Amino acid sequence: MASPPYRRLYRSPHGRMLGGVAHGLALHLGLPVTWVRVAFVLLFFAQGIGVLLYAAFWFVVPIGIGEPAPGAGPRWAYVNGGFVPADAVVGGAELRKGRPRRIGRLRELLQRTFHGETAVAGEAVTDSRPAKGGLGQLLALLLLVVGIMALLSALHIQTAKPYMWPLLTVGVGVALVWRQADDSRWQRWFGLEEGTKRRAAYTRVGAGVLLVVAGTVGFLILQGGDSTVSSVIEAALAVLAGVLVLVGPYALRMWQDLGTERTARIRAQERAEIAAHVHDSVLHTLTLIQRNADDAKEVLRLARAQERELRLWLYRPEAAAEAAPDTLAERIRSVVAEVEDLHGVAVELVCVGDCPMDDRIAAQIQAAREATVNAAKYGGGGPVQVYAEVEGRTVSVFVRDHGPGFDPDSVPEDRMGVRESIIGRMKRNGGTARVRPAPDGGTEVELEMERAHD
Amino acid sequence: MTDAVSGAAGTGAGPERVARVVLVDDHRMFRTGVRAEIGRTELTGIDVVGEADDVESAVQVVAETRPDVVLLDVHLPGGGGVEVLRRSAPLMSDPNGVRFLALSVSDAAEDVIGVIRGGARGYVTKTITGTDLVNAIFRISDGDAVFSPRLAGFVLDAFAATDTPPVDEDLDRLTQREREVLRLIARGYAYKEIAKQLFISVKTVESHVSAVLRKLQLSNRHELTRWATARRLV
Repeated sequence: MASPPYRRLYRSPHGRMLGGVAHGLALHLGLPVTWVRVAFVLLFFAQGIGVLLYAAFWFVVPIGIGEPAPGAGPRWAYVNGGFVPADAVVGGAELRKGRPRRIGRLRELLQRTFHGETAVAGEAVTDSRPAKGGLGQLLALLLLVVGIMALLSALHIQTAKPYMWPLLTVGVGVALVWRQADDSRWQRWFGLEEGTKRRAAYTRVGAGVLLVVAGTVGFLILQGGDSTVSSVIEAALAVLAGVLVLVGPYALRMWQDLGTERTARIRAQERAEIAAHVHDSVLHTLTLIQRNADDAKEVLRLARAQERELRLWLYRPEAAAEAAPDTLAERIRSVVAEVEDLHGVAVELVCVGDCPMDDRIAAQIQAAREATVNAAKYGGGGPVQVYAEVEGRTVSVFVRDHGPGFDPDSVPEDRMGVRESIIGRMKRNGGTARVRPAPDGGTEVELEMERAHD
Repeated sequence: MTDAVSGAAGTGAGPERVARVVLVDDHRMFRTGVRAEIGRTELTGIDVVGEADDVESAVQVVAETRPDVVLLDVHLPGGGGVEVLRRSAPLMSDPNGVRFLALSVSDAAEDVIGVIRGGARGYVTKTITGTDLVNAIFRISDGDAVFSPRLAGFVLDAFAATDTPPVDEDLDRLTQREREVLRLIARGYAYKEIAKQLFISVKTVESHVSAVLRKLQLSNRHELTRWATARRLV
């Protein structure tokens, strides 16, 4: 983990006890995490400010992604201008190692109720490293509860007693919703999203919103009695509408900008596809024409064939596209036949399995065609071997020749054949392409693509 | 022009060892060509001891001369290569008996699967080069199997079509390694290249291929029948 260009404050998702605030702060400030935690605890005695601060950090600071995942290697902490193993910094590791089973269970129960799914998800992620949580986390939870109590007692002294409960309700509701937002972000990064969890998430967000509304209404009722509630709500709605009028245009503009940007990206991709197609067809034909410049008849034939093909591709009606063969094997067979005809080199095709066509496989076949054309042109005249296989959702195509072979890295930047038509095209469509020398001379191109979901 | 059959076995093609071969093909031109290509015994170590141009004469010549290897065309007057195999079955049973290598211009699934089920130890197409054919003949005579890329593809296809086997049919399944070897053959790798790629010896590659062939014949009752029926080949 190299030192980043500039450090931003993130909450740490790993090795955290509650929200990862202390851990994140420690990483940011280059302090041992224990110091930060002790500071929070001390601040809590100052009328619960520690808890307030912690909560504020939790809400405001985003959860970090810069950290390596646990189990991916040693974790490092930024201490005194250098990186040291995090375990050396985090205190109390020996305490957690020997955590009694019952406390572990209790902690789990507490986490389930307090954190919701996170505890479980966290377990899945950090399974390989049991140092997370344990007694320390239980302590942290207890501390938080005590802190909230202290805070409440402070509020109790300073303000009228009746406001405590609505405030508490609103606080819990907000915490629930924020907690959920936190989790969903976290889960998205670590790929733990599951259908069953979504319902629980909705329930929790709903409960949070309900709590906030109930708290607010309770607050209003306490404030002025039943009679004023309706007028206050009206006023609130009016303010909301005002805010909407103010902010609405900005939000709309932002939304539109987002859409524009997306179309621009799609257009760029489409342009790259067209460039690749032109390279495959037109440029190749031009090469052939140059080679056969003396043979007027052959030049005419090539030019006419290319014109026809290009017209068909540019202006084809949608129906024509559907009339084409619609399985992988059929399509690849016709492509291979076409290359054989055009270049006069034998192509041996072996096709194992078959599947219906989709956009990604169409792109893969185009890449395979380009690879086959290359093999036919530069493969030393021997037969080209094409092997296509459908295995589950994965479609792989191998194109192999017995030519002199070449080093893909040594190809000049301006030659677009392999780079754009094969590798780039596969990448754009979510697949992979590898070009490598075959064991006994020649070149092999491997194209791998996941089928789109049907 | 390789057909994935050029292998280390070619080193055995010295004059110190001679393989006795019978050519079975209904085209005289083709027989003459093959004989000219591989029949120079002092160079290739192959002695062409007989020729035949239909099923009847083939069965007779094979029974008389008892060659090491029969190069068998799939399409023959009088019932085809499969019929020759059926009627020569007694000669194949003993370990040092006659072995058949199918040599055909066709690489259609029904031809390939048909002669392999009939007991041929390999299948090559007529695009094969002389050197590769010599290698293939020696490998067959050593008891190994010779697969062309297409044949490997057919076998993979047949076994892939039945992905959830009952447990007791384990014997008929292809192991992961055998599938790997077949896949590399289908990708156009020679045995030597496969050995290099998988960090095993050429001998091991050959034994994997032989195992596949054995399973292919054992699988008559199960996958292949089902597979062939699905494609209306039987």
